[in-house]
Amino acid sequence: MLLASRRKVNKYFIAGLIMTGLAVFCGILGFFWTPYGTSAMSDDRFCAPSPGHLFGTDNFGRDIFSRVMQGMGTTILVSVLVVIFSAAAGIILGALTGYFGGVLDEIVMRVTDAVNGFPSILLALVAVSVLGQGRINLILSLGVVFSPSYIRIVRSEYLRLRDADYIKRARLMGVGKMRILFVHILPNILPVFGVSVMIGLNNAILAESGMSYLGIGVQPPDASLGNMLSDAQGFLQMAPWYALAPGLSIVWLVLGFSLLSEGIRRFGE
Amino acid sequence: MKKKLSGLFFTALLMMAVLGGCSDGTGESSGDKSSVVVGIQQDIDSLDPHLATAAGTKEILFNIFEGLVKSDENGNLIGAVASDYRISDDGLTYTFTLRDGVKFHNGNVVTAEDVKYSLERVSGLLDGTALIATLSPDKGGITSVDILNDKTVQVTVGSANAELIYSFVAAIIPAGSGEDESADPIGTGPFSFVSYTPQESIVLKKNPDYWQEGLPRLDQVTFKIVNSAETALMELQGGTIDIYPYLTDSQAQALSDGKTHQVAVSPSNVVQALFLNNTVEPLDNVLVRKAILYALDKNAINKYVGGETGSLIGSAMLPTLSDYYVDLNDVYGNEANVEKAKELLAQAGYENGFDLVIDIPSNYEFHMQTGEVVAEQLKAVGINASIHAVEWNTWLEDIYNGRNYAATISGVTCDQTPGYMLNRFESTSSKNFINYSNPEYDEIYQKAQKALDLNEKADYYKQLQKLLTDDAATAFIMVPGNMTAISNRLDGYKFYPIYVQDMSTVYVK
Repeated sequence: MLLASRRKVNKYFIAGLIMTGLAVFCGILGFFWTPYGTSAMSDDRFCAPSPGHLFGTDNFGRDIFSRVMQGMGTTILVSVLVVIFSAAAGIILGALTGYFGGVLDEIVMRVTDAVNGFPSILLALVAVSVLGQGRINLILSLGVVFSPSYIRIVRSEYLRLRDADYIKRARLMGVGKMRILFVHILPNILPVFGVSVMIGLNNAILAESGMSYLGIGVQPPDASLGNMLSDAQGFLQMAPWYALAPGLSIVWLVLGFSLLSEGIRRFGE
Repeated sequence: MKKKLSGLFFTALLMMAVLGGCSDGTGESSGDKSSVVVGIQQDIDSLDPHLATAAGTKEILFNIFEGLVKSDENGNLIGAVASDYRISDDGLTYTFTLRDGVKFHNGNVVTAEDVKYSLERVSGLLDGTALIATLSPDKGGITSVDILNDKTVQVTVGSANAELIYSFVAAIIPAGSGEDESADPIGTGPFSFVSYTPQESIVLKKNPDYWQEGLPRLDQVTFKIVNSAETALMELQGGTIDIYPYLTDSQAQALSDGKTHQVAVSPSNVVQALFLNNTVEPLDNVLVRKAILYALDKNAINKYVGGETGSLIGSAMLPTLSDYYVDLNDVYGNEANVEKAKELLAQAGYENGFDLVIDIPSNYEFHMQTGEVVAEQLKAVGINASIHAVEWNTWLEDIYNGRNYAATISGVTCDQTPGYMLNRFESTSSKNFINYSNPEYDEIYQKAQKALDLNEKADYYKQLQKLLTDDAATAFIMVPGNMTAISNRLDGYKFYPIYVQDMSTVYVK
């Protein structure tokens, strides 16, 4: 992989890395420090972007840049946790069902079919309204909704690899099943899995923003890119920068992760 | 060949449909039917005028139903179904003379029987459940309704109460129609009911037999339910809504160019408050409640959310009811007093603060935005407040009726009588959703109800307001200004001191 990158510069990867790097840096920084308090109100309402307020201020006189930093952090954190949750579920269930097959395979596949049968956002909506609002429930419900695709990807890779010669040999040598599953096979599916994780991150960012936009994700006064966008809607004409800031941030994040996943895919080739 | 024929047939059908559609369309726009679309913020809770509890429903039903008396735009009572009434000197008998020729929407003339039935239904004489508390015999309301002759009805009440006459705005419906009202409401108002589509709209049409000469002036009124403030603004600007009451500050600013709508401001009759459930920990501690009151900066709320059109209040009374109002803003101040609030919290044993969930009906942008400001102000004194947006029906069910909450930001309306608002805090009142309970309050309230002298009554009411403030029963914030967008093509819209949307006088210029 390294050789490949030396031979030809991977523009996608570099651009993606810079964009996401910047966003992640801002987001993480937002947890510890922001130029202004993220919910501190002031009399400077609806200020246009200026050196003092990079992205302007909102209807409560709050600094939009600070809130975008916090919102970016929240959105990234939620998305990453969603992907970790669903990817972990995907690896464990996918590996077991793909390698062993049988009754467990049937059950898990039918359940994932059922979950896939519903539009994902709708299912997450139902889950949140049953479990209640809030960040943890949002992560759990999005995690459940996102798991099936990972399970399927991992399962098909395991199905393909379980009869490979080196696995057969490992079995003959008496290597433990768990070792075969997670030490011998797992590293070989990572390139394929990595790309889908990146795509999953993109979807998770959009899903989290969508849910918060609808008012069932992150609750005000905490900022998330989605609920900022929904708050800003009422002021579109008076303060267009208020909607532009979170909107462009979402575009930035999604584009960054897309480029990154494209870059990773090209490494694989 | 067969295919060709059917193709032709289909084309012909299509042509007919298109042409038919055309002629329908032009017929409607060129005709002299005048219609208006009014945007409302929430779905209605019942079409039965006696069962409806939400103010947002009553303001619509005002157009369909009338009582023996009704209020005019100055808040005075005028005769409606009754042309005249007389109250005996001891305040115990009310004699109503029915107006000649008042007809229900089904064409029948209103009879004394209908009046008797309606009054017995609301007071609970019919089946034991009073639908309007003040008219219940247990509360000194109606004990009997007697028909003296075709045109005269005599009502006997349990105790004298100068304000009771305001309760006779209760709708008059045809005798025996109680069961059907919620599906097919029939009243005597200026408009009759056409259709209701849940979550969408309520359509009313002109009542040609209306007793007031020349009214209503419109042929059709549609109340369109617009759940989000953003949609409302877009619909206003797009011209699909003509009248929209309860604009937020930002909406009013967006419409301020006056191109499509004028924004009119009038004092509302809504008391907005951070309602505190007096029986939920830690709000059952009066020190904690006082701390919250000190923590609030009402000036800031008015500035950020109210566009400075609200009047700040310290207790449960509209400043516009000047005879009864006592200004109690100074008790906890209009600015935040962070030191005092922290001191009280420490005294109460919460020096590290506590978590507080504030439930807010999500369809009210005004309350949601207030919530953000309030949460920020509470954080300053160490109370970790979070906002929980709830859907309107859930709010009514779980919070208002179920009383299952800690704190909520909302508004309660005050009809013309000052007693209506203060009745809410009587410990036994079904509307007492903050679970306030103070025997002294109940006692003074009862005295106030019995007082026939208006000065004496006003005095009692002032004492009641003071009790609410001293007990920090709830954090009263303000009476928001009412900003209403009215399309430039309309005229004749009247503001009422009560929560109604009277469409009868509106007309197209």
